[in-house]
Amino acid sequence: MKTVKVYGPGCKRCEMTEAMVKETASRLGIDVTVEKVTDAKSIAMAGVMSTPGISVEGKLVHAGGLPDVAKLEGWLCA
Amino acid sequence: MTTETQEHHAPHRLPDWIWYVGVPLAASVWWLVYGQLIPFSEWATSLFPVARDSHTGEAIAFFIYDVPKVLLLLTGIVFVTGVLRSWFSPERTRAILAGKNQIWGYPLAAALGVLTPFCSCSSVPLFIGFVSAGIPLGVTFSFLIAGPMVGPVGLGLLYGLVGWEIATIYLVFGFTIATGAGFVLGRMGLERYLQDWVRDLNAGPVGDLPVERLTLVDRLKIGVEQVREIVGKVWIWVLVGIGIGAAIHGYVPEEMMLRIMGGEAWWSVPAAVVVGVPMYTNAAGVIPIVEALLGKGAALGTTLAFMMSVIALSLPEMIILKQVLTLRLIAIFLAVVAAGILATGFLFNAIL
Repeated sequence: MKTVKVYGPGCKRCEMTEAMVKETASRLGIDVTVEKVTDAKSIAMAGVMSTPGISVEGKLVHAGGLPDVAKLEGWLCA
Repeated sequence: MTTETQEHHAPHRLPDWIWYVGVPLAASVWWLVYGQLIPFSEWATSLFPVARDSHTGEAIAFFIYDVPKVLLLLTGIVFVTGVLRSWFSPERTRAILAGKNQIWGYPLAAALGVLTPFCSCSSVPLFIGFVSAGIPLGVTFSFLIAGPMVGPVGLGLLYGLVGWEIATIYLVFGFTIATGAGFVLGRMGLERYLQDWVRDLNAGPVGDLPVERLTLVDRLKIGVEQVREIVGKVWIWVLVGIGIGAAIHGYVPEEMMLRIMGGEAWWSVPAAVVVGVPMYTNAAGVIPIVEALLGKGAALGTTLAFMMSVIALSLPEMIILKQVLTLRLIAIFLAVVAAGILATGFLFNAIL
């Protein structure tokens, strides 16, 4: 079970990112829990400056804009 | 199931040559269509059962000419900007600005504010990220003011709709206000008016991301994504703005415009700022209105003040920033930027 966090104040792109993470994980058969972080303070504390941001198992892998599907697969598999 | 998902993402994996052929092709089509706008709009207006030189005819012609023109310009500008901005990121900008306490930190921040991609929904994390990395508050403000104030969309549309002279004036003064207001705010020692938790965060963590290597095609894709996202979001504002512009162009008598927004009425500049701040639209929506105002003889200073306060100062933005700034700091921020806008407005009304 991997913990993935999606950082974003709740804009449309953040929701799309969350959906992409879930879809990619289920397609690859990886068991994940996706946690949404919407509070500005927590987003900043994680070192995210441009949203949406993604962290996998506590490690920040992406910030700013929708993630690339191929890269997302790489982060989830790692 | 697998094939279905892959088909869904197929557009992301077009072969590279399609991009190398498609982008120049799209640019050529853009250029051809742009050149045909006047004949097209005159022809389309003639289809309406109204006299071309009547009020309604003028308004219809303005609308039909401006809608495709603004949408074409917007698409082109957003694409080019999206590609150029792919070389910049908030993380890299922060690294450049960190520790720039010297005087040239301010113009540098203003320039980076124009070039760095960020949306207003992430202005709070961005603000915190900057301040916690030790970037002075004033420099951070220069960055945040310049972003919307001298954004490429506003400048490009001004250039296309009103002409290069006014676009240049706008660029110079917008940039000066962003730099100057940041400098003044920086000198005022306002750190104590940050929300408490932001100040305590000062030694906060800095997120490290691996540097991504992007190919040219990746950057072109970013440009197309930007067009889809931004044009898809602002087209309605564009239509509303052009509608208002068309109504002004067709129906507002020139004497009335001169009385309200002429250079003689000194109060017109502060009034333009007061009206402009609560108006929430974006550059693409306000420039057609500016075009119509100037065409009817509104004074340049008053119009500049109106445009700047609509674009650079917005209430929703202030409400977002309320999370990190105290009301007092927001008020000072507003006052300093508004003072710069007023000065610009009065200056141009006085010298022209």
